[in-house]
Amino acid sequence: MKKNIEIRWHGRGGQGAKTAALLLADVAFNTGMHVQGFPEYGPERMGAPITAYNRIGQTPIRVHSNIYNPDFVVVVDETLLHAVDVTKGLKADGAIIINTEKTKEEIIPLLKGYEGRVYTIDARKVSMATLGKYFPNSPMLASIVKVAEIMDQDVFLEQMEASYKHKFAKKPEVIEGNMNALRMAFAEVK
Amino acid sequence: MSIRERMSGNEAVAHAIKQINPDVMAAFPITPSTEIPQMVSTFIANGEIDTEFIPVESEHSSMSAAMGASAAGARSLTATSSCGLAYMWELLYVAASDRLPVVLALVNRALTGPININCDHSDSMGARDAGWIQIYAENNQEAYDNFIQSFLIAEHPDVRLPFMACQDGFITSHAVENIELIEDDKVKEFVGEYHPENYLLNAEMPMAVGPYANSPFYMETKKNQRIAMENAKRVILEVAEKFEKISGRKYGFFEEYMLDDAEYVIVIMGSAAGTTKDAVDALREQGIKAGLLKLRVFRPFPGEEIAAALKNAKAIAVLDRAESFSAYGGPVGSEVKSALYDAKNTADCVNYFYGLGGRDYTVELAEEIYRELIDSVENGTALEQFKYIGLRK
Repeated sequence: MKKNIEIRWHGRGGQGAKTAALLLADVAFNTGMHVQGFPEYGPERMGAPITAYNRIGQTPIRVHSNIYNPDFVVVVDETLLHAVDVTKGLKADGAIIINTEKTKEEIIPLLKGYEGRVYTIDARKVSMATLGKYFPNSPMLASIVKVAEIMDQDVFLEQMEASYKHKFAKKPEVIEGNMNALRMAFAEVK
Repeated sequence: MSIRERMSGNEAVAHAIKQINPDVMAAFPITPSTEIPQMVSTFIANGEIDTEFIPVESEHSSMSAAMGASAAGARSLTATSSCGLAYMWELLYVAASDRLPVVLALVNRALTGPININCDHSDSMGARDAGWIQIYAENNQEAYDNFIQSFLIAEHPDVRLPFMACQDGFITSHAVENIELIEDDKVKEFVGEYHPENYLLNAEMPMAVGPYANSPFYMETKKNQRIAMENAKRVILEVAEKFEKISGRKYGFFEEYMLDDAEYVIVIMGSAAGTTKDAVDALREQGIKAGLLKLRVFRPFPGEEIAAALKNAKAIAVLDRAESFSAYGGPVGSEVKSALYDAKNTADCVNYFYGLGGRDYTVELAEEIYRELIDSVENGTALEQFKYIGLRK
């Protein structure tokens, strides 16, 4: 990653989009970068649309506003495509990643003419296959790391393993599943 | 060697409290400051610090308890936001007149009406005349650094005033960013032990705190508070110098960013200063002499120093994140203009309102303000004196 990038996350309350943004900030920080990870606070309700943001770069970050012209957008819940203008302000040379079981061809007509790169990943499939439960976080995190080329994929996996070992110190049995979710997401995001 | 970390502004303040290990913390939760007492109580529960935590049923009580502890001779603090600060109102004045060096971690949030949980400075600006020192932070780093300096300033024998360490609610309190922490032992040595000259638990020298003072004494009490606030100016700089030795980071009454030769200047406090810096850089690249004065210390108000720093400006915009409904400007704007008047500085100076109730302040908005200043100087365009910026169109 050469220049500073800005990422906007769209999710629904309770799905962990905010946690994903903070995890991304963490892993980027751990590889020496300057980071910012923050949610946009509104009424906090399960299921309501929420937005979270990341700024990641090689130089200190001073701006403290929301992000209006992101380089990348991550949509954690595809039902938001009908409720939120997810491509608003998204740079044409950027990209959007959508969690969906639909094909890219089915999704593109829903993006209001967005002309940049479009990626899809079925995070439910990945999560069910690796964790047996639906946690879209890990697959979406791996997807944005790959698409935005934030860091080398092996470095990312190493960092995440260390982070999971810390986070799940009392539940080591879930570490392997989460690591598999990340690896599978790298292969599945297209 | 400093410690490279990443954390939110609330975590940064909680970490500073852990390193200071104060005697007493009393607090009642309110968004967005709740995490601070929450994290401190975790440190206490884990045995990492031996601060006495007093859970109370309201902010009126948290301030009362912090004051009681301070009067007894303890190093004490609390944290709050918005309506929580409003509920402390009568005690804020008492803490100042009783000369109790209580420290308050204020996470700025709009006062209700309509109800709102997001950032502006209406809470602390409402308390600007209560006699508290007020220092504002741009980011998590400054929230941490200011907090570490707070007790030394507040407790200084020439000062002995309560201290409000302010940061912007959610914008910095809940944003995770890089930060440079100072080693525990260095912070411990820096803040030292608190040995007040007079305190209630000193059986050798009984004293009264907060007695009745009718007209023969009330005015002298106020004059003494004012002298203490004047002394605070000197002490704030002394403590900043001492802090620079352990941190390498320099602090003053304000930060001057590209201000030396600046013709067009924005004066602003808090997180919006960082955003403005990016606008300054963008304009400088186009050869425009833009600059920024980021006010850090609002109480005591460094009027003379501000006026001196603005002496080369052709046009100035002072930005307020709080209304005062005087219909003649906001708190920062009025005081900066008064300082310019005393210094016989007749540069164009406008006072804008921004970011109320969390309304976003962007680099583009800052650039727009600079453009208006330039337009007024170059083309004589009349500037609106008290304008709301970033309103819905």
